Amino acid sequence: MSQDLLSRLLDEREWLMADGATGTNLFNMGLSSGEPPEFWNTDQPDNIRSLYRSAVNAGSDIFLTNSFGGNAARLKLHNAQVRVRELNRVAADLGREIADAAGRPVVVAGSVGPTGEIFQPMGTMTHDLAVEIFQEQAEALKEGGADVLWIETMSAFEEYAAAAEAATRAGMPWCGTMSFDTAGRTMMGITSAGLAGMVEKLPAPPIAFGANCGVGASDLMRTVLGFETTGTSRPIIAKGNAGIPKYHEGHIHYDGTPELMAEYAVLARDAGVRIIGGCCGTMPDHLAAMRRALESRPKGDKPTPEDIQAKLGAFSSASDGTGDTSGDPKRERRGRRG
Amino acid sequence: MADDDEIILSELSDDELVLQMHDDLYDGLKEEIEEGVNILIARGWAPYDALTKALVAGMTIVGADFRDGILFVPEVLLAANAMKGGMAILKPLLIATGAPRMGKMVIGTVKGDIHDIGKNLVGMMMEGAGFEVKDLGINNSVEKYLDALEAEKPDILGMSALLTTTMPYMKVVIDTMKEKGMRDDYIVLVGGAPLNEEFSKAIGADAYCRDAAVAVETAKAFVSRKHNRPNA
Repeated sequence: MSQDLLSRLLDEREWLMADGATGTNLFNMGLSSGEPPEFWNTDQPDNIRSLYRSAVNAGSDIFLTNSFGGNAARLKLHNAQVRVRELNRVAADLGREIADAAGRPVVVAGSVGPTGEIFQPMGTMTHDLAVEIFQEQAEALKEGGADVLWIETMSAFEEYAAAAEAATRAGMPWCGTMSFDTAGRTMMGITSAGLAGMVEKLPAPPIAFGANCGVGASDLMRTVLGFETTGTSRPIIAKGNAGIPKYHEGHIHYDGTPELMAEYAVLARDAGVRIIGGCCGTMPDHLAAMRRALESRPKGDKPTPEDIQAKLGAFSSASDGTGDTSGDPKRERRGRRG
Repeated sequence: MADDDEIILSELSDDELVLQMHDDLYDGLKEEIEEGVNILIARGWAPYDALTKALVAGMTIVGADFRDGILFVPEVLLAANAMKGGMAILKPLLIATGAPRMGKMVIGTVKGDIHDIGKNLVGMMMEGAGFEVKDLGINNSVEKYLDALEAEKPDILGMSALLTTTMPYMKVVIDTMKEKGMRDDYIVLVGGAPLNEEFSKAIGADAYCRDAAVAVETAKAFVSRKHNRPNA
């Protein structure tokens, strides 16, 4: 079996650069808040082509398709659950067109975001239903020509695993990242080391795993160090936000500068991250600065948490949640029943 | 667990029972909470006291540990579910006994956003604190918010968003309220993971609430201020 493009590029190069923001870029093109960005795949295809092209022109080796909310559970909000196949196929198809015209190998990564539902027993989502929902999306992205499935911004491991199973069923290689935005953990309490351990137990582990979004570049780098404490040899992905969202003159603006994101990219590479990109707020200028820095600055020592805070700013919480005490109540407990 | 360790709720003194209920809420034990509430009522407790001293005080501990990154969403959802069990018993009793009402809130997640965990927690904690809550669910358009304000005449409008792509919609709602000259009739509270204080100020909300516990404190403070206004 021939090797997939992403695995081949990872074998050939020390690092690959992924893309930046989807939502932030589309807002700047006039997408209005509350509207599903996926509709633009068919309604405004030229804008989506521009989005993809801007990442390629800024030096990205990988870009994500405009299909983050393209699963049936999300599209149902807009009464578009019957359009899953169409919207995802077109998202990947437009991506294929731009990647094939790039003049160098560029990976089209089919973005798969969370359903927004909570799994049983706390919520109503089941494993089987989630696999079915993700499989429909995965097959459409494959049909449109995506090279790899890119599962992102997950917070529950059950959902991450369901999306992974769907990728395998659809016959797609996959990568998967979670969002560590709550005192160093995901919203559902997963730690960085926890994810690194759990991916190895999946029946078909990912090509690469990592972190995206969350709370700025500094926290994201701390998460990367957390992955590495497990001694994992699997390629790590870092896609951090360009700072913190600020509301400015009618639109959302992220306070991270291109210089800061360039610093972050170099730190990520020095920390051993193989796939480096941005997330919310990361615009073409940020990507171009990251690419320049990655190519021009010599490799340094692996950064310490102190180096990260000195260069990217303070962490959002004292602990990254991987310590032994976390998760235990601070107070004296009475008898536990049940 | 060995039988010796089993705690019989009905054998505990009032004080011990209340502390045990705090623990059981923390552990998300719904049946035990329901049993505890029934015992307190049978012992002649006022429904309002059972609510505040057992349930709200217990959820305050849960809220604080959630805020401090000790508990995460799964544990908090279980605790909230247990609280809901107790509330179901207390609600008719609270109404029958004319327990003090803090005020009324309409709450909902904005258009395009499906996430409702945080919003549900806020709703539940607000109910626990004595507020009447009308939950509009997820994916609310500006029209749905305004219709609910007309119909419910609440003191507070609460809006939630979890996505950076949907948070600007809060401003759409607030701007529409301004256009219609009704913005100042309501206390507008906003919350959600990507938000911050600065954002809430910029869009014209009254306050940003970083978690459900803060939402309750903020709501109480604003409502008491509103009630103290001379012409209110």
